[in-house]
Amino acid sequence: MERYIKWGVDMNKDIITLAIETSCDETSVAVMKNGREILSNIISSQIDIHRKFGGVVPEVASRKHIENINMIIQEALDEANIGFDDIDIVGVTQGPGLVGALLVGISSAKAIAYALNKPLVGVNHIEGHICANYIEYKDLEPPFTCLVVSGGHTYLIYVKDYTEYELYGRTRDDAAGEAFDKVARALGLPYPGGPVIDKLSKEGNPAAIDFPRVYLEQDSYDFSFSGLKTAVLNYLNERRQKGEEIIVEDVAASFQQAVIEVLVDKSIRLAKEKGTDKIAIAGGVAANEGLRQLMEKRGKEENIQILYPSRILCTDNAAMIGSATYFNYIKGKVSDLDLSVAPNLELI
Amino acid sequence: MKVLAVDTSTVIATCAVMEDENMLGEYSLNQKMSHSENLVPMIKEVLDSLNLKVSDIDLFAVAVGPGSFTGLRIGIATMKAFAHVYDKPIVGVSTLEALAFNLSFNGLIVPIIDARRNRVYTGIYKWEKGLLKNIMEPTAMEIDSLLEILLKEDEPIMMNGNGVSIHREYIKDRLGDKVYFAKNIHNNCRALSIAELALEKKDHMEGVNYYNLVPEYLRESQAQRELKKKESDAQ
Ligand SMILES: [Zn+2]
Repeated sequence: MERYIKWGVDMNKDIITLAIETSCDETSVAVMKNGREILSNIISSQIDIHRKFGGVVPEVASRKHIENINMIIQEALDEANIGFDDIDIVGVTQGPGLVGALLVGISSAKAIAYALNKPLVGVNHIEGHICANYIEYKDLEPPFTCLVVSGGHTYLIYVKDYTEYELYGRTRDDAAGEAFDKVARALGLPYPGGPVIDKLSKEGNPAAIDFPRVYLEQDSYDFSFSGLKTAVLNYLNERRQKGEEIIVEDVAASFQQAVIEVLVDKSIRLAKEKGTDKIAIAGGVAANEGLRQLMEKRGKEENIQILYPSRILCTDNAAMIGSATYFNYIKGKVSDLDLSVAPNLELI
Repeated sequence: MKVLAVDTSTVIATCAVMEDENMLGEYSLNQKMSHSENLVPMIKEVLDSLNLKVSDIDLFAVAVGPGSFTGLRIGIATMKAFAHVYDKPIVGVSTLEALAFNLSFNGLIVPIIDARRNRVYTGIYKWEKGLLKNIMEPTAMEIDSLLEILLKEDEPIMMNGNGVSIHREYIKDRLGDKVYFAKNIHNNCRALSIAELALEKKDHMEGVNYYNLVPEYLRESQAQRELKKKESDAQ
């Protein structure tokens, strides 16, 4: 049989990746076969612990990670039905994220890679979110346009090739997910705000309140959500001062509409400019129903296919890190054992 | 039995390999670089020099604190992963006990580790019949509170640890002639002490393994303390 060699890697042999993700409040370990097949993807969420603080507390998150990490590693191996000996590469989130939280994952990953004498690959968390789409859509290949939206990040990207990106837009202030959290808090809703607002929006009227859509300069792909957030806060204050009723569902729906319209408009515009027939959504906010629906509606009108990962692959998870690890590895990117955490790591 | 020991609870990273009673190698670095970058390369260097692999190690020993929260987690995550890969035992050793272990002194041994804002991590130890006994459990307290306790003691006292360089003059003023300070070379935790203590403790560490070993922080996170206060104020 002729062997298919690409980027110097024997592609006839399966590559098994152990991937670790601890950038925020999820301790997650996955075993991946090549770039797209999940053998296991264990996620231990700390959300119930952080909810009582109204947000993720870095020191608390780090403490939970060190308590859980080895148990989660073992669960991932068990579910994949493999042992440490079967691992070909170890991948880990290098950043961006909380430094103390990242350090737990990176310390474990380095030790495992060194003990097994296998390559270590530090990957970018945002790249992981993008790669979640490769797991969901087995035939998806670059190029495509990608909107990354999460609690900490908002990026509009042209995915030129595997591991090659061109950054077109980013937020100039709050990330989209951050705006959801802040508005939810102002409405007295629990943390995290995204899912709650998304749910309430279904019962509200998105046209009830005319919140601003911030498009910035005419040709800009950047985003800004702090003005919108302030407009919502001002609206709530005014109503409360006048003793007028606040219909939470309408506020949620109108706010969400203002966010997603801008996200969708700019994504479609970039897809058309780059001539891509696909837009992938990635990151925690990719689970937002409102965003998915509007994107699909506009995609249909413009003949652009809209892709998004299943819910579990939208949250922080190690399978997506495993996918990113694989694609970086076959392109020759291997890290040294002195790999450092990069809490503010940029995608490009 | 080969032991690999590590301590990253302060700015000093230290690792050592011991085989039964014999030291095979020790490597300590006082470099204000991240332990995360240094630790595994450092361990690799020691093991490579000794022609050893991680799989040759029978027991993993690690300082569990008190000390820098982040530093402790780096050391513990690293050592738990080693122990996990080869399913070997792991022993956690108190940083304070390891510091006290550096000294042979007939009296009270009081290591102090800086915990910032005039606080120290400390405990009281004493040699009895060749064994190091713990007289006061490791705790975090104001340096003043510790000195109050020590003032009531009749025995001579020897102090060491990185807290000494910060509080030396003040301690001397308060405790006078009954306090001695260790030589500078004994002010830092050494991985060899961790290794030897681990060998002594390994048979009494039932239930401790690479799943459940965690740092002994001795302090709740600030957020936890504030939440507790809020809850008790509300009652
Ligand atoms: Zn994320």
